Formats: sequence, C-alpha cells, structure tokens
Amino acid sequence: MLAKRIIPCLDVADGRVVKGVQFLGLRDAGDPVEIARRYDEEGADELVFLDIQASTDNRNTMLDVVSRTAEQVFMPLCVGGGIRSQDDIRRMLNAGADKVSINTPAIQDPDFVNKAATRFGSQCIVVAIDAKKQEDGSYIVKSHGGREGGRATALEPIAWAKEVESRGAGEILLTCMDADGTKNGYDISLTSAIADAVGIPVIASGGAGSLEHLREALVEGKADAALAASIFHFREHTIQEARDYLAKHGVPVRS
Amino acid sequence: MIAIVDYGMGNLRSVQKAFERVGHEAIVTDDPDVIARADAVVLPGVGAFKDCIDGLRDRGLIPSVKAAATDGRPFLGICVGLQLLFDYSEEGVGAAGLGIFAGRVVRFPDAAESRLKVPHMGWNRIYPANTPEAKEILSQTTETPYTYFVHSYYAVPEDPDIVLARCDHGVSFPAIVGRGNVFATQFHPEKSQQEGLAILKAFGNKVSDAAGVA
Repeated sequence: MLAKRIIPCLDVADGRVVKGVQFLGLRDAGDPVEIARRYDEEGADELVFLDIQASTDNRNTMLDVVSRTAEQVFMPLCVGGGIRSQDDIRRMLNAGADKVSINTPAIQDPDFVNKAATRFGSQCIVVAIDAKKQEDGSYIVKSHGGREGGRATALEPIAWAKEVESRGAGEILLTCMDADGTKNGYDISLTSAIADAVGIPVIASGGAGSLEHLREALVEGKADAALAASIFHFREHTIQEARDYLAKHGVPVRS
Repeated sequence: MIAIVDYGMGNLRSVQKAFERVGHEAIVTDDPDVIARADAVVLPGVGAFKDCIDGLRDRGLIPSVKAAATDGRPFLGICVGLQLLFDYSEEGVGAAGLGIFAGRVVRFPDAAESRLKVPHMGWNRIYPANTPEAKEILSQTTETPYTYFVHSYYAVPEDPDIVLARCDHGVSFPAIVGRGNVFATQFHPEKSQQEGLAILKAFGNKVSDAAGVA
C-alpha cells in the first residue's frame, strides 16, 4: 500500500532556511543543505524547498543550494517559488530538483501547465494552490505567494485544482493561508474537498502544530502527504516520532 | 566502469552520485563507443516513453543500449528505463520499445474507477520473488523494502518469471524485472534513501565481480 508522506518544508531566502509566522517575521534556522541531509538521515519521505525571496539574484543562489543538496541526499526534492518560465523549470530540474511547484505563472497563463507537463512530464509538475477564505465562507485562490498576503484572483480552489489536473499537473500542493503559520491545524474541509475532486495526489500545507494535525490532514483531510515546517525545524518532533504516531493511529506510513 | 546513458531526459547526476556514495564510479555519457566499452550500463528515464525512445534514437544510442542489454554485461534500467525494455507502451499515441523483454506497458486505471491516485507517487513496499536474481539484487536491503515510485504506467511482461519483485497500487505490478544480468526497477533507487542505495550497491558489486573475472 502506498504510504502517506511526511514532507518537511524549508523556506529559503539568501541561501538560508527561514520560517515565518503567517509568512511574515522571519527567523533563521540554518543551512538548507545541512538540514536536508539531516532530514534524509531521519527518513523524511520527501523535501520541499520554497524560495520565498525569488529575486533574480536569489534564484541563482537557489540553484546552487539545490545542486549541492541533490549531490548529498537521495530522496525526492521539490522546489517552489521563483519559477517564472519553462527555462526556469529546466534549470531547476537540471540542478537536481525532482519536481518544481508553480503558482503565479499557472494562474497568469494556464497553458503554462500544459506546456510544462508535456515538456518535462506530469510527474515533476506540482501546482501550488494558495487558498484564502472569504468572509462569506467561500475560498479564493491567491497568486504571488503569501508573503505580502498575495493577490486575489477570480479562481475558486476546487475548480482550479480540477483544471490544473486536466492540464497535466502531477500533484497539487494546497496551502490554506488562514491556517498557515498558526499551528492550529490544517484546513481539513478544504483539503478533503480538493482531495476528493482530483485524481492526482494532494499535499496538505499550512497549520501543522502537532502530530495529531498531521493525522487529521492525512485521514479526515484525505491528503496523500502532509507538509510541515516549524514542528520539525525547531525539533518539537522528529520525523520518526511523527511516523510512530501516525502508524499507531492506523495511518499507512513507511516503517 | 558503469556508464549512465544520457539521452537528454533530465538530470542524471543523482544516479551518478548515488553510485559514488556506495563506492562505485559511474560516468554520464551519450557516446555509443563509451557505452560499448563500459563494464555495465544504466538506462535511466523520466518523462514520456516516446520522448525517451526518440531521445535514444536521435542520439544514435539504440544499437549500443540494445547490445548492452543482451551481451551479458550487467545492465540496470530505472523507471521509464524499465518500461523501454519492453515491446510497446500504450502511453500517448503508443510507441515501440527496445523489445528486450516481451510485453507491454499500460496505464493504471483512473482514480475514478480505483479510487487510487495516479500518478502512483511516493513510497510503497515491494515484495521479492523467491528467485536467485531477486535475492542477488536485493541482497543488501531489508526483506520487503519501501522504495520511491513516480509513474502512471507499468509493465505487463509475457513471462511472469522475469518479475523479481512486485508492488501493489490497485493492481499488482512489477517493481523489479530481470533475467540473467539485466535488471530494471520501476522505482527510483537513487531516490529511495538507504534501501535504494543498497540496491545500487548490490548492482555495483556485481559489476566489480564481472569486471574482475573478465
């Protein structure tokens, strides 16, 4: 049986790992290559690097971080943030990333997803969906990352998830922005709605503050993978503790 | 020396680095002469089946790769590199493969029917067959190791005896196939942490043994 995945996410700026609360107020938590190696040793199922700066200068720094990481860790690596063109994807994959996650370029030009999936294969094209709850309880998709709150779009997350699936995305990385950084748990209702709506894997992101939150995302939320940052980065829990907890509660994880 | 066949389909450095990590030198090459002289050949593959076959053909690599997979040298296919060894894949408009093994490559049933996600992406347990080849390639792993998969298509060999390990994702499918010195994994050993490195090590040791004898 396919195991549910536990994925630490490293926010990277200027070649260093940082983690903000609600994407603001950054704290420096170290060298991404070293941290990646530690998570590899601990048996994380996959690793996500999120380039939260994504300026032109920083993109080259990120390529260097990715290539140094890929030489030392033998686990799947996904890189998001700062991918603007098909050439950016090519450079990131050539540097050693296994997947790239894209958000704004897909929103601005949905054909970008088709082109990327055709050229590089669906398996390496992850579409990141940043969802924000509205006052009336509905959700919208935001573009341009979350650091300054993102930019509202006319897209609705479930419909958008279906559309990017039909355009060839191989996976969806769903971040519920209201939960992100709160450590109060994932947005289970939106996660499960999207997991039900598409036939491709869904990674739940935003809100992990405890091991129980991971379980909720994977069971009630029906996600295929749970992404988390600070609970691992600040050693509140190890990957092994997360795996033991999930296994004890009947979630299929690697043993 | 192990030659990793480069035909323009993605980054092969992780495969090379993984071999280095377990003590075996490997080079990435698109030169048919280097492939012809190598002690062993590794055929990786990502992306679409037809793009991979076209990539091999455009670089004039099909004869040297076929020779490597049939002349008794240790040979390892990875992911689409496994699928390429079969006669035919139904991916896209369909395309002929290298025909080393008889059989076809087919798609997983859609999620709507199976309630399982496609691509089959992530870590899944593999179950070795009770054969000498399976014992050899899995000699350094745990008994039923978890390995990392990313694929939407899988091989259906005509000869069930070439299946060295199976995996399950709605259907039971071959995770490793092999015969003689030819091995191929549907999963990515170079992304499967210790278990994957253990498989590359077993393959590399086989190469050293073969080269030592020759």
